Amino acid sequence: MKKSLRASFKRGSMAGVATLGASALVLTACGAAPEAGSTPSAGASDYTGCIVSDSGGFDDQSFNQSSYEGLKKTEKDLGIKVNQVESKTNNDFEPNLRAMVTAGCNLTITVGFLLGDATKAQATANPDKHFAIIDFGYDKPISNVKPIIYDTAQAAFLAGYLAAGTTKTGTVATFGGIKIPTVTIFMDGYADGVKYYNQQKGKNVKLLGWNKDAQDGSFTGDFEKQDVGKQLTKNFLDQGADIVMPVAGPVGKGAGAALNEAKAAGKDVKLIWVDSDGYLTAPDYKDIMLSSVMKQMGEAVETVVTEDKDGKFNNTPYVGTLANDGVKLAPFHGMDSQVPADLKSELEQIKKDIVDGKLKVESAASPKV
Amino acid sequence: MPEQHPPKHAAEGPGAADKHDGTASHASLAEEETAAVVSVDTAGGAMEPSAVPATAQSGKLPGGPDTLLRRIFTGSGMVSVLAVLLALVIGGLLIASTDKQVATTSSYFFARPTDFFTAVWNAATRSYIALFQGSVFNPRGNGVAAQFAPFMETLTIATPLITAGLGVALAFRAGLFNIGAQGQIIVAGILAAWVGFALHLPMGLHLLLVLIAGIVGGALWGGLVGLLKARTGAHEVILTIMFNYIALYFLRYLLNTPAFQRPGESNPISPILDPSAVYPQILGTQYRLHLGFILAIGATLLVWWILNRSTVGFEFRAVGANPKAAQTAGINVPRATILVMALAGALAGMSGVAQVAGTEKVLTDGVAATYGFDAITVALLGRSTPWGTFAAGLLFGAFRAGAVQMQIQTGTPIDIVLVVQSLIVLFIAAPPLVRAVFGLNPRRRKPARTAKSKQAATTGGAA
Repeated sequence: MKKSLRASFKRGSMAGVATLGASALVLTACGAAPEAGSTPSAGASDYTGCIVSDSGGFDDQSFNQSSYEGLKKTEKDLGIKVNQVESKTNNDFEPNLRAMVTAGCNLTITVGFLLGDATKAQATANPDKHFAIIDFGYDKPISNVKPIIYDTAQAAFLAGYLAAGTTKTGTVATFGGIKIPTVTIFMDGYADGVKYYNQQKGKNVKLLGWNKDAQDGSFTGDFEKQDVGKQLTKNFLDQGADIVMPVAGPVGKGAGAALNEAKAAGKDVKLIWVDSDGYLTAPDYKDIMLSSVMKQMGEAVETVVTEDKDGKFNNTPYVGTLANDGVKLAPFHGMDSQVPADLKSELEQIKKDIVDGKLKVESAASPKV
Repeated sequence: MPEQHPPKHAAEGPGAADKHDGTASHASLAEEETAAVVSVDTAGGAMEPSAVPATAQSGKLPGGPDTLLRRIFTGSGMVSVLAVLLALVIGGLLIASTDKQVATTSSYFFARPTDFFTAVWNAATRSYIALFQGSVFNPRGNGVAAQFAPFMETLTIATPLITAGLGVALAFRAGLFNIGAQGQIIVAGILAAWVGFALHLPMGLHLLLVLIAGIVGGALWGGLVGLLKARTGAHEVILTIMFNYIALYFLRYLLNTPAFQRPGESNPISPILDPSAVYPQILGTQYRLHLGFILAIGATLLVWWILNRSTVGFEFRAVGANPKAAQTAGINVPRATILVMALAGALAGMSGVAQVAGTEKVLTDGVAATYGFDAITVALLGRSTPWGTFAAGLLFGAFRAGAVQMQIQTGTPIDIVLVVQSLIVLFIAAPPLVRAVFGLNPRRRKPARTAKSKQAATTGGAA
């Protein structure tokens, strides 16, 4: 009996699916055929820009995605050709890079320190091709590789000062995905920002999740498990924190979810996003989004591609700083009214001091240039 | 799943007759032996009796004349070919469904249907041509060397798949479902890489030590599972899965310690292995193909010899067919369990060495990629025979190598290539499904239909 039930159900659902599919096909298939030979010709440029992701893929809501979107933008703006290839594992790096060189790429952008060795090998073997690598710099510069790196600590410093100046409970928190320099540089800057606020104001705002001197703190262990980020955030809330900055790519959503729940329960909590302006890229959490520590990777990629296309390639590292707007603090958007005017002007002053060099923000992970 | 040991299948279902036809003589010999052992246990009542009537196992296929042609088409070799074909067709349709041109032409399907079908055909063939050019032969290459470069890439990627696949296959034959190749590769990679970058030894000796370190590491990690299973009876599936996690997180921990990092850096990536510690590139520097591939061929020969010509191999197969019967027959089952897991780990360890000393030359937390899990499908696809696994490894290597070209030339997402791979494994793992699709299923044909009509009369429903 059970069997026959299942069988008839199966048959019924199959028929339903078939009808649905057929009607969908009929409905959408009634358009008029275009005239033959009317295919528009694409922008005529021989220049090819290419990009190889690390295993995060181009939908990682982090540096792969930002870099990819930057390159895609140049495809439209400059009319260049774009080739992209995603790496599924670390083993794909070298084959992917080789394939890009064979495919005739003028400039190949590689994303992340894991691609450092593979990029170096291909660059050395193909001195006439140009490369750019995101978030990684070489000890000895390579003549045809341009590193694109960020002094993220500068912008994170502002975020730390902002968090310390906004907190109601006197406790703020941060956590990372994996303990690597591109993550800890955020946390260092954030910690210093909190510390600076305490020094200036004689306050004692506590920071959870990162100890700059010990270079140790809370990490989720990867950039995937959102539930771990959620749990960690709940723990921080239990310990009295009301502002959390997750530095963990998509895991930040876990923090956002925990904070949304806390807000629904009547708590006054806030989130600081990283990499992109979270108010725009993670709209689920815009009600709790205080600000974001932005790394303008798309813009940097665009600049490097444009320079290379114009024959102005050089291997001097591009270092994103507050001075060149490569890193910055995102606008407050909906939270604007909650940030006191004094605090805003203090942040402006600190930014100016950092740009002028009056205030030094240092991190073990800062680019050594 | 773990109870379904491949050798048992042969003596169980209607496939028994087919398999004897399709496999080489040594294999059928082996299966006759195992079949004999199994019958002992069935008689004892410890195993469920076969669901198939004895007439179906007699060698004559019911539901049609037992012609030679029929035997060829229902044989396991043909089923593998048909499974690949079927997967390619479905994969082609999937590729077409993601294609922009297909989407455009489908909007005016009734106005000019030929456009639509041309677009579907083009999308699928373009992708498969790119796959072929990326994995076997690229006619647009600059000179013969470059034209065959894709094939060398296939062999390179196949190397770790073959050795790890052999490890899984060997354990399968002894009735152990070894999911631990991933962890075994990682432990082997850790040891081999450490010997490679931390010690500085003369040419030759250094590489030899790297190889030994890797093999020992894998063998220990695998053998430990065998030991725990033999001593405590803990299930090898649970053990190997947990050992995978232990290995991975231990590796991540190590990569966060200065001993495994480059001086002056804190990224989780090890120093590059010494030039004396890496496999030489056997066909020149323009290819990545390295000595590991020759060793993989050697490993295949060794496993073939162990399984078919040695006493331990016979013991492995006997234990795989029925551990209780094997014990009754005087075989030391715990010893065989430990030994086969250690050997499986050693083979997976060779993959770890191929990774750190062959292609990657550094240790990262992605050192095993997904090879440990792909190895399971490779072993399944190769029907747990040494040369079958070798061939399956080559096929998977070709898919991996070709996937890159497919992405670049046609913009086909790499995930679609993985879908096609998974479809192949799905069809291979379910031969009756493929036979049903091609109308070759002997059991389900006429008898099934008559049974259905009889039942329909009494129950008024479907069978």
